[in-house]
Amino acid sequence: MKTYTKQVLLVLLMGTFILSFPFVPTAYSLSDAYKNNIYNPGILKPTDSTLKVKVGKTAPDFTLKAVSGEMISLKQYRGKKNVVISFIPAAWTPVCSDQWPGYNIVKDIFDEHDAILLGITVDNIPTLFSWTNQMGNLWFPVLSDFWPHGKVAQKYGVLRSDGVAERALFVIDKKGIIRYSDVHDINKRPLFEDLVRALEKLKQ
Amino acid sequence: MMKKIIVCMLVAIMTAFMIMGYVSAASSPPAAGGMLPDIKLSMPRDSAEKSYLGLGFFGFGSFKIPEIKASLVIVEIFSMYCPYCQREAPNVNQLYDKIEQNPALKGKIKIIGIGAGNTSYEVGTFKKKYNVPFPLFADGDYVIHKTVGEVRTPYFIGVKINPDGSHQVIYSKLGGFEGVDQFLEMMIKLSGIQ
Repeated sequence: MKTYTKQVLLVLLMGTFILSFPFVPTAYSLSDAYKNNIYNPGILKPTDSTLKVKVGKTAPDFTLKAVSGEMISLKQYRGKKNVVISFIPAAWTPVCSDQWPGYNIVKDIFDEHDAILLGITVDNIPTLFSWTNQMGNLWFPVLSDFWPHGKVAQKYGVLRSDGVAERALFVIDKKGIIRYSDVHDINKRPLFEDLVRALEKLKQ
Repeated sequence: MMKKIIVCMLVAIMTAFMIMGYVSAASSPPAAGGMLPDIKLSMPRDSAEKSYLGLGFFGFGSFKIPEIKASLVIVEIFSMYCPYCQREAPNVNQLYDKIEQNPALKGKIKIIGIGAGNTSYEVGTFKKKYNVPFPLFADGDYVIHKTVGEVRTPYFIGVKINPDGSHQVIYSKLGGFEGVDQFLEMMIKLSGIQ
């Protein structure tokens, strides 16, 4: 009887041990807009870089090509617009595909705070073109930091060791000063209200 | 002794897989003909929304979908971040208007939306952007989304509520409407409310 009890306990213990391994989430992107074309890299290390910029300091300038073909520099907004930079890791991946489409319906909130949004990934233009086409017409420029690979992400200290960018947000005021930064857990989408609060603080 | 340990390990692995199988089976999308999984929604703060759902003016805490005072509840799983949900929003609003403007349907068919992975703020942003007239609920940590099988969005579930309080899923499908009128007619037919 004692041996039997021991065996039952052993089975329960081992079962609990096996079940304690995290389940791998199913591969999905929430929106049906992308059908089955989203590649799921699984759960990644939350952050994997060392930030090189600081709130209160001047944001490093850059010039990148947008999907539209236009060359866009950070400094062109100096004295004119506040700038939100949204680095996202890669096209055709789960969380990224469900981030910019949300920003796409809140142009009025950006306008209210006299801000422009610049979306940046390390993907090349053709990839960004096909991917962003699934999102509808984006009101903000999407820039390619493909070549030299991840140069701008590197400058800001948000280039991960595998060559993709972090999921990071920077709010830069009209003087070119970084007023907010959030290098977010790559596996999670930043809460929109946190960005809105950062924009509201620009007025203070 | 070694043999016993190996046997125990095999039994443990089999038990674990059986439990995992149960868990994954429980999180598949609700099937037509079946019942809804256990979904708890926070009582709306807005008294007009409470009144629309027939939950009583003094209701608080949480409630379950079959408690809504209706013969049919149409549940949309959506996200503020989903382009197709954004595109579908005017159609769902139109569906609401058609129901509310028809005396034979008003009060019998209710619509709610659940924002998968959306906080209250994000759900509120979507509501404001598209002037959504029906109640929307936040599911910021994907708890509800997991119980409905992590469906892609927009996803519609039709739930028939019987006078005795029991319920039955009559429709469960991914994707928007082909036409608002056709969708409404199909809902009426499937639920047999007319």
